[in-house]
Amino acid sequence: MEKREYTISVLTEDKPGLLNKLTIILSRRKININSLNVSTTEVKGVSRFTIVATATKIDLEKVVKQIRKLVDVLGSFLYEEDQIYYQEIALYKLSLEVFQQNGLLEKLIRQHGAKIIAIEDNQIVIEKTGTKQETHELYEVLEPYDILEFARSGRVAISKSKRRTEAFIHELETSQSNTLSIKEF
Amino acid sequence: MEALIENPGKVVEAERISGSEAILRCLINEEVETIFGYPGGAIMPVYDALFDYENQLRHILVRHEQGAIHAAQGYARNSGKVGVCFATSGPGATNLITGITDAQIDSTPIVCITGQVASHLLGSDAFQETDIIGISMPVTKWNFQVTKPEEIPEALAKAFYIAQSGRPGPVLIDITKDAQQQSFDFIYKRCERIRSYQPYPELREEPLKAAAALINQAKKPYLLFGQGVTLSGAEDELKRFVEKTGIPSASTLLGLSAFSTKHPLYVGYTGMHGNYGPNVKTNECDVFIAIGMRFDDRVTGDVTTYAKQAKVIHIELDPAEIDKNILTDVAIIGDAKQVLKALLPLVNKNSHQQWLAEFRACDKIEMDKAVQKSLEPKSKLMTMAEVVHKLSEKTKGKSVIVTDVGQHQMMAGRYYQFDELKSHITSGGLGTMGFCLPAAIGAKIGTPERQVIAIIGDGGFQMTIQELGVIMQYQIGVKILILNNSFLGMVRQWQQLFFDKRYAFTEMDNPDFIKISEGYRIPAQRVQERNHLDEAFNKWLNQEGSSLLEVVVEKEENVFPMVPSGSCVSKIRLE
Ligand SMILES: Cc1ncc(C[n+]2csc(CCOP(=O)(O)OP(=O)(O)O)c2C)c(N)n1
Repeated sequence: MEKREYTISVLTEDKPGLLNKLTIILSRRKININSLNVSTTEVKGVSRFTIVATATKIDLEKVVKQIRKLVDVLGSFLYEEDQIYYQEIALYKLSLEVFQQNGLLEKLIRQHGAKIIAIEDNQIVIEKTGTKQETHELYEVLEPYDILEFARSGRVAISKSKRRTEAFIHELETSQSNTLSIKEF
Repeated sequence: MEALIENPGKVVEAERISGSEAILRCLINEEVETIFGYPGGAIMPVYDALFDYENQLRHILVRHEQGAIHAAQGYARNSGKVGVCFATSGPGATNLITGITDAQIDSTPIVCITGQVASHLLGSDAFQETDIIGISMPVTKWNFQVTKPEEIPEALAKAFYIAQSGRPGPVLIDITKDAQQQSFDFIYKRCERIRSYQPYPELREEPLKAAAALINQAKKPYLLFGQGVTLSGAEDELKRFVEKTGIPSASTLLGLSAFSTKHPLYVGYTGMHGNYGPNVKTNECDVFIAIGMRFDDRVTGDVTTYAKQAKVIHIELDPAEIDKNILTDVAIIGDAKQVLKALLPLVNKNSHQQWLAEFRACDKIEMDKAVQKSLEPKSKLMTMAEVVHKLSEKTKGKSVIVTDVGQHQMMAGRYYQFDELKSHITSGGLGTMGFCLPAAIGAKIGTPERQVIAIIGDGGFQMTIQELGVIMQYQIGVKILILNNSFLGMVRQWQQLFFDKRYAFTEMDNPDFIKISEGYRIPAQRVQERNHLDEAFNKWLNQEGSSLLEVVVEKEENVFPMVPSGSCVSKIRLE
């Protein structure tokens, strides 16, 4: 079976140590994590882990079920790209001098839908939100101008489902079924 | 002071007590009677508190923490209650890890309480500080570190709830020394629900109907049950289901004793050293019903050739086991007892005599090619098979058999005719040598009314031999049977079959086990000759309390049949 990039989204109680418990389930199977993001959700006390990994769907389905077994995990879901809205954010730092010498740069940045978020101490910081491919395209454009520092975030994603997180948690609280939380959400 | 409900109908006021005392009060609330443990600096406050609770909680001082956890496992597996261990921080805690791993893979309910350095020292490489939470993460069902006494009641309530609900497993609670020492207002409330954890899935109707339809039209149905049946207490439901449907039924190693081996529909046990019939028929049946088992590779051999011709129905409580190793046609997620109850009215009364006769024909082949050689050997020394077979006759299949890991384990599984429920305790998933002696001690403490027999190899005996001290100190009436072949037998067998008989470091010079046993004031005898075995058995079994019998067996006996690791189950070797 073909290996592809998938997104795993995990809703958890906000408890220490969970990051480890989650990642060892992937590392046990030698699955590399491409990116990982942890954040709060709109529900108090509930966190979301968004993990991007490249593997076969079969393997990741097993991983998702094993993640769901963790006591503090509320739900664990596997998504293909077309089942989610997702973004990443990238920051690029250039020297102000270089930037000023190349008048064309400002236009390029605008064309890519990026923006300047800081000009300070002879440096300029550009921010771009988009898919990995989009932020990478801008990287290639800026590369000849000597990027001083570059950083890209992990993917954040929300599903296309019409269900609310709160409603999902409520369902869990009232249901006895542990199959609910591995179904698509 | 706040008044809260502790147990239904009983209102108690919060009491100001130390964290240590609170731990013990939690255990009493959870109806714990026995603790297996070993003290040390970071858990001394708890031990000090225990001194005053001696008549409510029995503490068994083991001789190594590995002994504590295996004893707790044996206790839990036999009694169905949660096994409890105490250990100190650092080496005390790390010594528990093998047993915790064993309990995780064999789904045994255990609560371990480890002492930890004071919270201000965490992370500083303090004396005997180890990150036991980090270390035990992959091998526990849940773990938690307590750094404030106020957290103790809730953490322990959750620990007991998680360990024994759903698919059972080990839980570790690490408690810092300062949390043990400080006082707080104690109130205990049992845990009844955790929103992120649903141990009992709702039974769905469609898969039940689909399974019943498959079973009702099957011509060659075959049923394989595992420990899930024992864990859910579904032995009676299984029997009724099998008798109604007339399906030939086999056991996994851990399923042994959930169904009488004397039942006319019982066809043996499967797996690497299991019986011939159930292994080859796996690849001939048309409907395969797996109940409370997880398709371990020691059962399946090569998964790509396993039961491919059959429609597979998998009845299992843990959704993560569905489609993990073997793809199913119908998955019923649920507790074995509940599922079998619901399935029984949906299946037709049936009988499959001709199909059953095919299994019996296989038994005949196995008898001629493998069993006979083992039971009536030409060798001067006895075989393990022979000894176990005679033991089974002597005890009428009614004893609790606890085994270690190796050839004797497989021989016990093959030749002991289990005729009583909850009578087989072995380390299946992890295959932990050293498991047997302490597990047998725990089993005897858990069910003192039963005869508990530890069957151990000379290798494994020496891995936890120090626990003889527990038998001596607390007078635990465990019967010990050493099958001594002066080899690490199972490894030697593989060397013979797959490594050109290159016996690399598997032969052992053994100490005088009789003297060792007597040193621990446990009566012991050695037997070498076949015609002395019966008399030796009588003396050994009739002796009051614990006693040890060493049987010197054939050095190079092999366990057959055998499915070589990773091969197809129908390619099982008979000799
Ligand atoms: C802790 C541990 N170490 C190593 C092994 C590998 N192993 C499996 S069986 C076996 C030999 C056991 O020898 P013995 O206890 O004498 O029993 P026998 O096979 O002779 O019955 C070994 C070394 C194991 N299962 N567990």
